[in-house]
Amino acid sequence: MLNGNLSNHLLLGLAQAGLAAVMVIAAMLLARRRQIHVERETLIALLRGLSQVIAVGFVFIVLLRGPRWTSGVILALMIVVAAATSARRAKSIPGAFQTSLCAIAVGAGLIIAIMVLSGVIEHTITALVPVGSMLIAAAMNSNALALDRFRAEVESHVGEIESALALGASPPAAVARFVQISYRASLIPPLNNLRTLGIVWIPGLMTGMLLSGSPPLYAAVYQFVVIAMMFAASGLTCLISTGLIRGHAFTAAQQLRLRGKAA
Amino acid sequence: MAIIRTEHLGREVEGKRILDDINLEVSEGEVVAIVGPSGAGKSSLLRLLNRLDEPTTGTVYFAGQDYRTLAPAELRRRVGMVMQTAFLFPGTVAENVRFGPSQRDELLSAQAVGSLLAQVGLEGFSTREIHNLSGGEAQRVALARALANSPAVLLLDEPTSALDEDSKLGIENLISAVVESRRLTCVIVTHDLQQAGRMAARVALLSSGRLVRTGLTREVFGAERQP
Repeated sequence: MLNGNLSNHLLLGLAQAGLAAVMVIAAMLLARRRQIHVERETLIALLRGLSQVIAVGFVFIVLLRGPRWTSGVILALMIVVAAATSARRAKSIPGAFQTSLCAIAVGAGLIIAIMVLSGVIEHTITALVPVGSMLIAAAMNSNALALDRFRAEVESHVGEIESALALGASPPAAVARFVQISYRASLIPPLNNLRTLGIVWIPGLMTGMLLSGSPPLYAAVYQFVVIAMMFAASGLTCLISTGLIRGHAFTAAQQLRLRGKAA
Repeated sequence: MAIIRTEHLGREVEGKRILDDINLEVSEGEVVAIVGPSGAGKSSLLRLLNRLDEPTTGTVYFAGQDYRTLAPAELRRRVGMVMQTAFLFPGTVAENVRFGPSQRDELLSAQAVGSLLAQVGLEGFSTREIHNLSGGEAQRVALARALANSPAVLLLDEPTSALDEDSKLGIENLISAVVESRRLTCVIVTHDLQQAGRMAARVALLSSGRLVRTGLTREVFGAERQP
């Protein structure tokens, strides 16, 4: 299936990956000299990362010849994995996976759908899957931050929340302040991305477009569009997840479930 | 008439029984102290009384009605609670006092807030930020905040244990005066037997999660209740 040209590309890619891996190992060895031992995790992460992207490369080879609807299936699978990954940050909150799944599916899914329908993202597999995955990844990271912060805030303010309940407050009112804090915290990375775009970092998509010969100005503006979409997907996802998760933090009788060490 | 009656009340946490078969009656206008050693289940019992925790056995009757048939927020409005630590909300004293009624979209007037603060000895404290309060003042605000809901029953969970000796007596006297003037029913958890003797007419003695004795304070302690 692989033709000679592709084999050459693969060999070239592997050689470049080898060089990059050598630099990672060098950084790891420098850390080791300062008694910081991250050898095992780094090597596992390197091998895992490399095998994952090679697998994705093979998947793309098949998909590029497949029907367009397969991109929808891939994005749906990505959403499920993203939900499971971000829910791990909030293991102690019941319903964290369902909340994350719903929030990322609606938050990232809606933005992707709007952008596809308006023509901002082409509905080809090669455009939709990479750009869609960026939005899903951004939503996942922000969602994980929001859930983790919410859990931490609630567990460290049990007394205040139960005082509010004891005064007749509803669960949403009792945790309103902590939902706001979590939402704000979750938007710090996408906000920083927007703020520093083009100054501190030139993201991968723009780099790729430049390398593939796109006009620099269009590549720059399109990168802004993608970063703005990532912000919108993150914002919407976290708005939904923080709204839903507060319900899971309480029992049906409006008792705080998420009490951490106070339990 | 018993305003609070527990029936075979119990709670189990992670397989461990922390309260077992508690049958307790508190009459309207009565002050009952729950005493016992650390870990006896005093605070756990109090938390069950306003349903901050769920009983695993039995139930509580509030004014003759099984409290599971009441909306939790309404039950908690009528059964107020002051905790060991004040746990005030960020903002001013007045904002804290207004919190309970605001949950029902009721806005307490400045006059009503002032009157509640006067009852707890904090005249002129309305606009004070809570981080500028001493421990004793914070606990007074917590009391005024609970009273703002006009509860029928007041639950007090070791309300003076986090305070120094002077503040402790001040708060104790204040609570007794407020409870008497409002004819409140009051259940106070304390590990301080002398405090129980000063504040409560009746005591319930807990040990290892079980109610081992109830009776008039003087009978249980074998001494006359001090004024």
